[in-house]
Amino acid sequence: MAVADSPAPTVDLPVEDVLTASGLTGETLTLKVLKGVAGGEQAEVAYQVPVVTGMVILDAVHYVQHNLDTDLACRWNCKAAKCGSCSAEVNGRPVLMCKTRVDDLPAGPVTVHPLKSFPLIKDLVTDVSRNYEVNREIPPFTAAPDDGTPWRIPQQDIDRIYEFRKCIECFLCQDVCHIIRSHDDADRFYGPRFFVRVASLEMHPKDILDRREQTREQGGLGYCNITKCCTDVCPEHIHITDNAIIPLKERVADVHWDPVRFVGRKLFGRSGD
Amino acid sequence: MAATPEPYDTIECDVLVVGAGGAGMRAAIAAADAGCTVRVVTKSLLGKAHTVMAEGGIAAGIGNVDPEDSWEVHFADTMLGGQLINNWRMVELYAHEVIDRVLELERWGGIFDRTEDGRIMQRAFGAHSYKRLAHVGDRTGLELIRTCQDRMVHTQGVDVSMEYTLTALLKSGGRVCGAIGYDRNTGRFVAFKAGAVVLASGGWGRMYRYTSNSWECAGDGAAMAYQAGADLLDMEFVQFHPTGMIWPPGARGILVTEAVRGEGGLLFNAEGSRFMLDYDPVKKELSSRDVVARSIYKEVQAGRGTPHGGAYLDVRHLGADYVKRKLPSMYEQFHALASIDITRQPMEVGPTIHYTMGGVRVEPETAATTVPGLYAAGEAAGGLHGANRLGGNSLGDILVFGRRAGDAAAEFAKTGGATRVIDETQIAAEQAELLQPLGGDANGAAPAENPYKLHEDLQLAMQDDAGIGRSEESLQRALAAILTLRERSAHIRVSGGRALNPGWHTCREITNMLVISEAIVRGAMERRESRGSQWRFDHPEQEVEYGKINLVTRRGDDGMQVVRVPLDPLPERLRPLLERSRFYDPAKLPKGYLTETVVAAGTTGGKRKRK
Repeated sequence: MAVADSPAPTVDLPVEDVLTASGLTGETLTLKVLKGVAGGEQAEVAYQVPVVTGMVILDAVHYVQHNLDTDLACRWNCKAAKCGSCSAEVNGRPVLMCKTRVDDLPAGPVTVHPLKSFPLIKDLVTDVSRNYEVNREIPPFTAAPDDGTPWRIPQQDIDRIYEFRKCIECFLCQDVCHIIRSHDDADRFYGPRFFVRVASLEMHPKDILDRREQTREQGGLGYCNITKCCTDVCPEHIHITDNAIIPLKERVADVHWDPVRFVGRKLFGRSGD
Repeated sequence: MAATPEPYDTIECDVLVVGAGGAGMRAAIAAADAGCTVRVVTKSLLGKAHTVMAEGGIAAGIGNVDPEDSWEVHFADTMLGGQLINNWRMVELYAHEVIDRVLELERWGGIFDRTEDGRIMQRAFGAHSYKRLAHVGDRTGLELIRTCQDRMVHTQGVDVSMEYTLTALLKSGGRVCGAIGYDRNTGRFVAFKAGAVVLASGGWGRMYRYTSNSWECAGDGAAMAYQAGADLLDMEFVQFHPTGMIWPPGARGILVTEAVRGEGGLLFNAEGSRFMLDYDPVKKELSSRDVVARSIYKEVQAGRGTPHGGAYLDVRHLGADYVKRKLPSMYEQFHALASIDITRQPMEVGPTIHYTMGGVRVEPETAATTVPGLYAAGEAAGGLHGANRLGGNSLGDILVFGRRAGDAAAEFAKTGGATRVIDETQIAAEQAELLQPLGGDANGAAPAENPYKLHEDLQLAMQDDAGIGRSEESLQRALAAILTLRERSAHIRVSGGRALNPGWHTCREITNMLVISEAIVRGAMERRESRGSQWRFDHPEQEVEYGKINLVTRRGDDGMQVVRVPLDPLPERLRPLLERSRFYDPAKLPKGYLTETVVAAGTTGGKRKRK
């Protein structure tokens, strides 16, 4: 029972209301959560969770928190797939826990692990501060000072960048990216989330800055070899590789690998850029 | 109680901003632009605040789609929607300035859908006379928060403390001079020394069982303000959004944006009848939220509810392409969580807690609370929305009053807040209280209480007895439950240590929620009428006397006090503006100072001659 050890409720609900509201299916889920703290050992702990119709993994984790293990740490906020807080690796796949339904997973135990690419803080919570540092490095939106509002912008210009603006910063794309996971130069690589960010700025019709060289040099855009893992895990279905990274690579190629400039650089050194 | 506190970190700044939603970030930008050092403290990661949940748009009388629109009509709609007990000066400032705030957001890189000729697109929304909500798809809140976030982190002078909880305001000489809290990840205490404090900590929907609010919305800011002696205003008004998901159980309460109806979605009962035609033949599905929520509730009570106890919301007639383009996140949400394709099947929806109109009492111009050095903006503050908030007025609110609060706090920090002294005994007392739940055995013979269980019990009590419909009897039950829970909360014990322990974090939220719940219930008891979101089964009519007052909650010597404060009637210069609303009907004016003479004369009301 979901509320077996709770004190008597202060309000009596009719029995049928409790049943409808709880939606218990009678099945039990084995949830294996990787617990641990920074610098310590991590170990999977198995919990038995009663399954409710339409249950998502975050519901199961909450059940554990409320009933079995009150200090189990996880991040969550909106529980509606709009804030991107509850990222974790469920059965090895980076997902939002609030959007991953138990009945969509194969029968049997379900593993829930923290994001692997980021340093562990505790249990399912990792240190994602690197992402916020990268964001500060990217020059912000800048319009021409004399470009007075109200602006006229065609809808198709909005449509082009709207996809990038859907990003909820769950950092699943950063987590799955093999450059961030295992490359020695990961600290010189912005990662898919921030290529999306750069793309949204570069393609904004009113932005006047040029971030191409920075994205190549400091952002390590060239490291991306378009395996599309980021696109695959994006809960907002942003075509990260096709619509953000590849166009950025083309734009960088325009400025950096232009044949005339290339020859210039070879003849006169980097000042030829 | 220890007189000397355990070691703590000290962070000093000119302006401390509590909360990093739209209001907090806009306040931080304003204060930094005024030359102050600013520290923003958030319980979550940056960019995750509840603002991201706002979907429909920002209401602003720009008139891009309907040229008849203007700030004046927006003013009238907001006042009438709030049943005329709003603070009219706040509404006036708001309706004026929100237009500039929208354009400013665009200049900061925020994007909006466009009209044919490339101007900002505006959509229809409940009880707004004209198409008024600037929006981008159904993710306007995310756009607002990301735009403010990028602006803020690139603004000189602003620092952010992510995943810190603030638990109490520090006072010195009658003035707020900072706050104490802890780093959630380590449990280490931190004192923030500040010249002024802006509360932008959001609302408190988390104390209800079926809610569209995140865990963060526990009323921390309002509770801290109350404990520091600030007045709270209109606490009885809690908004039920008419359309939340009701199935499956885990998704119950998740918001279904009003934009669904704004774009033409229709409501039906289980018998296939479009019931809003009966409840509000003029505004229909786009009536104000209090009316639509009550209508769905009444249909369900009358036995015409859907299988899971709600109504059907249908967009199939709009066409699959249009639905996916204008309501993409709703399409995705129902697809993922309920296995429903909303272009082929109707949605099942029912009322869910959404917003709290009440909040910390503020001065309209400066967002100053009744305690010097303390400012409040956004959902944490009260007054703008009166008895019911119109959709789209929240995203505008946070920008307009976030900025005003930031400006005023900066000014105060430079003048009245120049000296910053922290009282060590206050810190020691707070630390002792916070650490109590980690202290092993429970007090005396009482069993140890689980904080989550207390929260669940509070949610049940508030949902059932202080929810969409209330009576003296139900409110007495709710109050008794709250008082019992308060006694039980003294025995809360949690396992584990201080590092990132959610059970421990929940403890203080419980006490905050109990304070705010008590304020809601006591206010709802005192307001013996139905007005806006307050629906009293035992007092179903609006009463003139309550249209002339606001209820103020404050901390007294022997507990919580609720006092009646006469509200400032709409001045003559603004009264003619009410007629500019398309929904103005002299026969149906909210009862109060404008209808007083007629009611006193014993007629049916509304025939009052207006100047």
